Amino acid sequence: MRITPEQGEKMLRTGDPIELGAQADAERARRFGNTVTFIVDRNINYTNVCVNECKFCAFFRRQGHKDAYLLDYDTILQKVQETVDAGGTQVMIQGGLYPDLGLAWYEKMLRLIKEKFPGITIHSFTATEIQHFARQEGISILDTLKRLQAAGLDSLPGGGAEILDDAVRRRVSPKKIMTDDWLNVMRTAHSIGMESTATMVIGFGETMAQRIAHMEKIRQLQEETGGFRAFITWTFQPGHTALGGEKTSAWDYMKTLAVTRLYMDNIAHIQGSWVTQGERIGQLTLGFGADDLGSIMLEENVVRAAGTSYDMSIRKMVNLIQGAGRDAAQRNTTYDVIKRF
Amino acid sequence: MLATKEYEDIEKKVLQGERLSREDGIRLFHCHDLAWLGALADHVRQEKCGDIVYYNVNCHVNLTNICTSHCEFCAFGRDAGDKGAYAMTKEQAIGLVREALKDPDMGGLHVVSGLHPTWSFEQYLGILQALHEEFPQLYLKGFTGVEITHFAKISGLSVREVLEKLKAAGLKAIAGGGAEILSDRVRQELCPNKATAEEWLNVARTAHQLGIPTNASMLYGHIETLEERVDHLLKLRNLQDETHGFQTFICFPFLPKHTKLGQRIKQTSMWDDLRTMAIARLMLDNFRNIKAYWVMLTVPVAQVALGFGANDIDGTIHKENIMHDAGAESPRGLSEDTIIRIIKEAGRVPALCDCNFNIIRTID
Repeated sequence: MRITPEQGEKMLRTGDPIELGAQADAERARRFGNTVTFIVDRNINYTNVCVNECKFCAFFRRQGHKDAYLLDYDTILQKVQETVDAGGTQVMIQGGLYPDLGLAWYEKMLRLIKEKFPGITIHSFTATEIQHFARQEGISILDTLKRLQAAGLDSLPGGGAEILDDAVRRRVSPKKIMTDDWLNVMRTAHSIGMESTATMVIGFGETMAQRIAHMEKIRQLQEETGGFRAFITWTFQPGHTALGGEKTSAWDYMKTLAVTRLYMDNIAHIQGSWVTQGERIGQLTLGFGADDLGSIMLEENVVRAAGTSYDMSIRKMVNLIQGAGRDAAQRNTTYDVIKRF
Repeated sequence: MLATKEYEDIEKKVLQGERLSREDGIRLFHCHDLAWLGALADHVRQEKCGDIVYYNVNCHVNLTNICTSHCEFCAFGRDAGDKGAYAMTKEQAIGLVREALKDPDMGGLHVVSGLHPTWSFEQYLGILQALHEEFPQLYLKGFTGVEITHFAKISGLSVREVLEKLKAAGLKAIAGGGAEILSDRVRQELCPNKATAEEWLNVARTAHQLGIPTNASMLYGHIETLEERVDHLLKLRNLQDETHGFQTFICFPFLPKHTKLGQRIKQTSMWDDLRTMAIARLMLDNFRNIKAYWVMLTVPVAQVALGFGANDIDGTIHKENIMHDAGAESPRGLSEDTIIRIIKEAGRVPALCDCNFNIIRTID
């Protein structure tokens, strides 16, 4: 029986994380047995220049700032080469909202990558970037996505969703796309066969009702499109950000993670986040409903800039998964197992 | 609850309040269903001690790090000439505590130190006495079974006599450290120069007979087998049946950084830490309190551990040294406000207590 929003909110407010964890774990086991997956990929943050200036972000710089950068094609290709050399199957290219690059710049980047590395999956650009590209180019979201798809874009990562509630968004990232915009980009992408993941960032001071409303919106869109492969919960990293504040507790994170496994019943994969939680809590997610630990992340500038820095290697990841009594497997972007350990 | 078929019998035993056997304990260590283990341990915690979580506002006093033990798992002990070696005078110890007393809620001291090669028992005793006289309002907990065994050896007194003198000097409780793994195989390999398993247990037994409560601990995640962990818990459980003098049980995961042993052994995973916590709660059915020692577990893990059977989160500590020499990544001390917040977030009721678990006040 599907959990209602009221029930979900109650679980978040008064549920016991350990009991919810046990239920979520049973659901995970029912779906995936003993296999836990991860992916080897690299984040390529092509620019830190961003017109959005979100209060929870420590990565962005204004154009002209001494640390502002934009990577050239050669540097990007070099990073892809290193990813391939390291056994990576995917690149996640994401950047700030650069004020004046045309869509052609991105298309050319994608084409160059695919020409040189036809085997690599390009899982790139958040909904926020897609909307920004469309505006800059003066064309629709659909046309933007079609052009990027034709140039080699395979799928969209789910970042930028934060909390899909405009009151929260106006407070923490007023210039960023609003709830309906994010959902619209995802709906449009799914409509042309471009699948994606979905995320939620907790710890902005949002209410439990707002968290559930976020989950409900994504669950409903999934009913419509079926295009979300995974749901990922992150915690807001307050270090070096304008928003600041206390980091969400492990207790809150574990409880929310368990609820996402139970609530997001039409999304297959629930990813635990070692990047925002550290590897110890990351491992624990495997007992609370997560069946995937995401990426090795050969490079993660954005999270690092906010003061959280964890490093991970394939060996470490496999140990982490095996330490939880699970079978470790490397997957590709579409969650097919490509190697077992 | 949600036991898989394989563990239904254990769940049934626990829910009926039946004691778990050695075999049950070993089976639990092979169970991968972490959340179930936690839920079961949490159920026992709830039945036994409700929603109160104990903490104290305390200060650690480590009189010296010069130590003849040379335990392979320790990064704190040094030889006299080594860099960073220190031995406090009475005045320095008093100065440290006076500084910590700037916190008006400071309630107790935790005095644990190295086995100094030239200090006599009277020197340790003298400092304890001085601390007690200077700060009569502070609860004094201190010295482990290892130190007390050492005091007996160097003074020619019996363990009972040593304990009587410490008690007369103001000692209210004995610390839980030094138990490591109560197996002479393990101790012979890692810490042959200090109290044996039997000696450690004998200190606890004697203290209990004298009405001095003690804590118990287990240092795990090094060379011990899972069976040895269970046997360790059973030794504590058996003694507790006999004396009822243990106040709380503390799980210490081995922290490898800067230790000799750390060159060949990695740090335990959080998975291991939490299942060990839960299994300790389930096996130690005659212990009221299980401590989540945030210094070693880190603050987030300690908080989650409150859902895995723990009802005690130790204290503010003021300035922790021993585990931080071994690379502990937690802060050296926590404010009382932080501890209260951690406990409240976990939906529990914080209770400030002294080192004998008398509640001073609960925080609603």
